[in-house]
Amino acid sequence: MSATEKFDVVVVGSGFGGAITAYHLAAGGASVLVLERGPWLTGDDFDHDFKLGSSYTRIFDFTVGDGMSVLAGNCVGGGSVVYFATMPRAPGFVFERHGSIGRRMWPAAIDRAALDPWYDRVSEALPVTPQAWHDVPYAGGLFAAACAHAGRTANPVPSAIDKPKCTNCNWMMAGCKFDAKRSLLLNYLPAAVANGAEIRPLHEVQRLTRTADGGYRVHFNLVDGTDYRVSSPGGTVEAKLVVLAAGAGATPVILQRSAAALGTMPDAVGRYFSGNGERLNTAVINDERAREVLGLDRGDGQAYRAHQIGKGPCVASWDKLDPRLPEYSRFSLEQLYFPPGLGTILAQVPGATGPSWFGREKKDMLREWQSWLTIFAMTEDDNEGVFGPPPATGNAERIAQQMLGRGALSYRPTANTRRGWAQSDADVKDILERDGIARVAPWSNDLVGAYTVHPLSSCRIGDDPATSALDDRHELRGHPGIFVTDGSAVPGALTVNPALTIAALAERAVPGLVRAARQRGVDVTYGAPSPSAAPTAAVASHG
Amino acid sequence: MDDGRPVDPVPTQTLEAFADTIIPGVRRFPGDRAISGVAAEDGAVAAGALAVLADPALGLADALNGMAGLLNMHAGDYARKHDVRLDTTVPAFVSLSFEERTALVQDLTDPQHPEREVWFGAALFCTMAFDSAPHLSTSDALAQGHPGLALLGFAAPEADGLWRFPRFSYERPLADPHPDTTPTGSPA
Repeated sequence: MSATEKFDVVVVGSGFGGAITAYHLAAGGASVLVLERGPWLTGDDFDHDFKLGSSYTRIFDFTVGDGMSVLAGNCVGGGSVVYFATMPRAPGFVFERHGSIGRRMWPAAIDRAALDPWYDRVSEALPVTPQAWHDVPYAGGLFAAACAHAGRTANPVPSAIDKPKCTNCNWMMAGCKFDAKRSLLLNYLPAAVANGAEIRPLHEVQRLTRTADGGYRVHFNLVDGTDYRVSSPGGTVEAKLVVLAAGAGATPVILQRSAAALGTMPDAVGRYFSGNGERLNTAVINDERAREVLGLDRGDGQAYRAHQIGKGPCVASWDKLDPRLPEYSRFSLEQLYFPPGLGTILAQVPGATGPSWFGREKKDMLREWQSWLTIFAMTEDDNEGVFGPPPATGNAERIAQQMLGRGALSYRPTANTRRGWAQSDADVKDILERDGIARVAPWSNDLVGAYTVHPLSSCRIGDDPATSALDDRHELRGHPGIFVTDGSAVPGALTVNPALTIAALAERAVPGLVRAARQRGVDVTYGAPSPSAAPTAAVASHG
Repeated sequence: MDDGRPVDPVPTQTLEAFADTIIPGVRRFPGDRAISGVAAEDGAVAAGALAVLADPALGLADALNGMAGLLNMHAGDYARKHDVRLDTTVPAFVSLSFEERTALVQDLTDPQHPEREVWFGAALFCTMAFDSAPHLSTSDALAQGHPGLALLGFAAPEADGLWRFPRFSYERPLADPHPDTTPTGSPA
């Protein structure tokens, strides 16, 4: 039997929190292993297909909880492979939020000005670029026109999309076949590999234990490449330093399961989960009114009827991101696309007289699917989510062979959160029902509870040990050498899409990680160039 | 079925009736009892709901007979509670009218119902069969005229099976940006 493999650093997860730290540590000279529970797919592997077993179900997880369902990436590259690449910075007031704890949630060391240089760094690497109006698909244009008609502003949102390569196919959740979406598969990950990091897909980390020399042993299962319900014990690897970046739905579960061996976890591990205050409304646009009221014309006789066309959310209205408004009443509204399947079942029929989410009237609403416009609100929730005892393996009891599982997260929205949702619903209605442009209804929360595509805060940074699991360098309190750099480290809802903030925080955490590694005798330096200057040939498929 | 075994009509009819309650369709033949016939064009059953429910990839296949039995038990309870006379020549759920089936599915998916997750899961798969045909390649489904994708007006791919929309934008400013927008295009 071979000796246990040893690395300077083991990174758990390969989304923003894992890829960015893996790149810098590898480029600085550390031996780095990345363990990713999902498969490794690249451009050619991504399908334009809803068929079960296509990339759409292989790389994407829908984890049902009690009161909150989480949609997240499950592949090398994590959320960056399935996301819509909408990359605004978080507004300044977000960093001053008190949330449920009666004091500033964010560490004193971090505010918008302090994070801006790290935002710059990620924006250069991916890259993130502004969008012009001629980049904005019909759906975003329609939302902008409706906002203007209601006396509101609306912005094309910066994105990590290579516009000339984009075909506006709206298959982004299945992975980008054209390499137009600047996922981590095109920058940090190949740069990490080029610098010696090793990525092992279908390795699902279960728990951590200590080694005799003060390091960590990382225990993983091997997951079947087709049926994720099937896994087998995989073994262990050892590391001087562990970076947990398995996502806000999984990182706290690994730590909960590790408590038996590592000792008590900080109270905030698996608590304070935020769904980023997310809420969806579906509008059915009256094409005639869109033409008459908004003056829209596609040039082919239609004003809109373009729900299928585009590249996710491209236009947002930021009028309610006003720092003078009280906490829990600030939100952004963003035009969004969700594909059929998961994107239709929860949409409710505006003004339904019978059941609102199935039946005759729902079928009639589906008939108008090309006239749908989905509006995404990101509000300030109350960090209500709490993880129960971990399942046997992973972070969910998997129901289907891919995509669908049941997790241990429970979420009971407070009056603050519900009020924020109601205010954003009313705002969407005010903008889109004006002068008969559309009929609008929010998605149902009665069936799978609330839902989020941006899970956050389940293992968060902060200055208060009672309400934060990590210090402001992202190190787990009481467990030196374990760092958390994914969305779970973000203290609370951001009122905008969080990917750029998660990435900026990971970049910011790297100097501290390098120092911690050096203290453990690792010969590693900080200061690698942006991966945009490093080799970025797509890594070979390991699907 | 290929092996010649008779297909048990009770669970099949029952689940077809459930799927038809989620997305109603047109009767397939005279005397079609599973489909209540309240819609003028194909619904979830014609879209392949039974194939999706039985797809081993989704994890419900082994539970379907039990679910059909449970649904018929609930239908019997419903009939007793609401003084509905059931036709005993068909499964109890099939015997209910469309409105009665609808009311029962509303009960079963109510947030307080202990079996809500089971029946919502089944409804989700019936809806998916209709609006995304996950048992078929999407290009093939469109080529075959899949009734759900057709009703949605889901656009067809280009000849290579990939979707591209060369015309996608109004190509003009349609709103004023927020006055506090920073030079990077983000909120302040």
